[in-house]
Amino acid sequence: MSASNISTHAFDGRMQSPKPVRNERLNVEQASYAYSATAQSAPTFTLGATSFQAHERELVAILGPNASGKSTLLQLISGTIAPLSGRVELDGEETSRLDTRTRAQRIAMVHQESPVVYPALAGDFVLQGRYPYGRALRFATKQDIEIARNALAQVGADHLAGRTIGELSGGEKQRVILARALAQQPRLILLDEPTLHLDIGAQVDLLERLRQLAQENRYAVVVVTHELALAAEFADRVVLLQHGRCLRVGTPATVYQRELLEQVFEAPLDVETGPAGRPRVNLRARRGEDAE
Amino acid sequence: MRPLTVRRLLWTCGGLTVALLASVVLALKLGAVPISVTDLVVNLGRAAIGRTSQIPTEYRLIIFDLRLPRILLGILVGAALSVSGASFQALLRNPLADPFVLGVSSGAALGSILAMIIAPQLAFVMPLGAFLGAIATIAAVYFLGRREGELDSTTLLLGGIISASFLSAIIMFLMTTLAGRDLRGMVFWLMGDLSTPVPVSLRWILTVGVIAGIGAIYTTAADLNLLLTGEREAIHLGVDATRVKLVVYISASLLTALAVSASGAIGYVGLLVPHAVRLLFGSDYRLLIPASALGGAIAIVLADTLARTVVAPTELPVGAMTAMAGAPVFIYLLRRGMR
Repeated sequence: MSASNISTHAFDGRMQSPKPVRNERLNVEQASYAYSATAQSAPTFTLGATSFQAHERELVAILGPNASGKSTLLQLISGTIAPLSGRVELDGEETSRLDTRTRAQRIAMVHQESPVVYPALAGDFVLQGRYPYGRALRFATKQDIEIARNALAQVGADHLAGRTIGELSGGEKQRVILARALAQQPRLILLDEPTLHLDIGAQVDLLERLRQLAQENRYAVVVVTHELALAAEFADRVVLLQHGRCLRVGTPATVYQRELLEQVFEAPLDVETGPAGRPRVNLRARRGEDAE
Repeated sequence: MRPLTVRRLLWTCGGLTVALLASVVLALKLGAVPISVTDLVVNLGRAAIGRTSQIPTEYRLIIFDLRLPRILLGILVGAALSVSGASFQALLRNPLADPFVLGVSSGAALGSILAMIIAPQLAFVMPLGAFLGAIATIAAVYFLGRREGELDSTTLLLGGIISASFLSAIIMFLMTTLAGRDLRGMVFWLMGDLSTPVPVSLRWILTVGVIAGIGAIYTTAADLNLLLTGEREAIHLGVDATRVKLVVYISASLLTALAVSASGAIGYVGLLVPHAVRLLFGSDYRLLIPASALGGAIAIVLADTLARTVVAPTELPVGAMTAMAGAPVFIYLLRRGMR
């Protein structure tokens, strides 16, 4: 950990220099993986060699239909599984070699929402993000509470601190979960299908917030999604996967080609260029039937 | 935001300790021969300052030879069962988990019976057999409860209930084929009962084991809070889930085994007590574990006092009392889901 990284605190406003220096945060180099039922049997799913980079302040979308290997790639990045070949590095260190605690201080993961067994206050839930910094029974320090408050404020959820998780709407819950990730003060934030259960307003809100947070706190953000339109609008870079193969890496404008997307997503699509130079994707109904 | 503070933890546990002392006094007082509070205080005072010779023989017998050992045993057993229930609830992410419901108590009972058959002369062999039985059962139930790599709540509970009845059947078989056994004693022990005195060597094993087991689980209290939100989430927040699960599974099985080898399969304490504690003090495991230990002790001491007095001079097994209170609560929780 170098001195320059100490200033990546979530509530540190100083690093908004007018011309950001884009340090490379995440480097995925020819990383591959294979699942098999037992050590000897043939793999049931393989993720072919994949390479891409994510710099600080950047939002990268991993895009693909179901069973394309998106979640596997995300797990590789998070370091909970080690690549079969190749490397996944965060600021020059292999993520799978970090110990659990250090990894949690550098990488935050936002999962698809999971059921809450016992009621907890949203504020106390966000405090869980301070776990990797605490010792033994981890009674919250003043600083922890301050950081958790700031994290809630950054996602516009200060008013939710005293509510129980169970009574929040889908969008509110997602914001509280994101706040917990911010409280980890990570360098890299990973999100697994974060928009899955959100209505369209909350989806746009979440991605705009992520872009803004990446700018302010110098995170690199990697989002797994199958929402073509959202990725086109908000991603700096897109990694397109199909059947465990990495087909294309690049800006949305270079990756969004009609024939390619139609073939990957198996749906008739129209791709046009919007006013900001970003591609726009529209569904086209197949003859006589509604396209999903 | 209302994070747990050390102050709140200490106040809550202090309050519960006072309640425990009050229930101990009550339990010493009530019984087939009631003893006045004055006599109690005087004689306990005499014992405390070492003047045991001044204690009248009848009081020495009733207070110090009969009631007090039984109460202390009840405290250990209640604490062990409640903490083990609370731990299983966190590990399995299921508010209905309890050593009795999961079949772990039956496994421990079978283990200790087998141990007694094989080597009846050794004191530590019973808790050891119980421990092996408990570990084997929770492992079996855990694998029965998995579906496509995920723990399925319904399958898990069914697996536990089926294991419990299967193991009870084997115990029944062993009991009826073993000639010369005290059948009423066996039935009481199976229901859960504190009336059988525990040999002195076993008392030490029990005391040290229960304290060590609860202590080991308490070191993981902060991790259990996170494991409750899901194992994957916990790992990404920095919890060494494999280590925590191993420590807690082994300690919770040990606690169940110790309780069962001393007092048989007392049911539902591990379900009732943590649930009541959650309603009163919230579900933070840093508070839940010590509060459940104290609450479990109170619950067993009071339940056993009831068992000794409702149809005095005849006694009921304490397990009958806890089951009468616990089974309706279990059904209520099952129907309502969890708040």
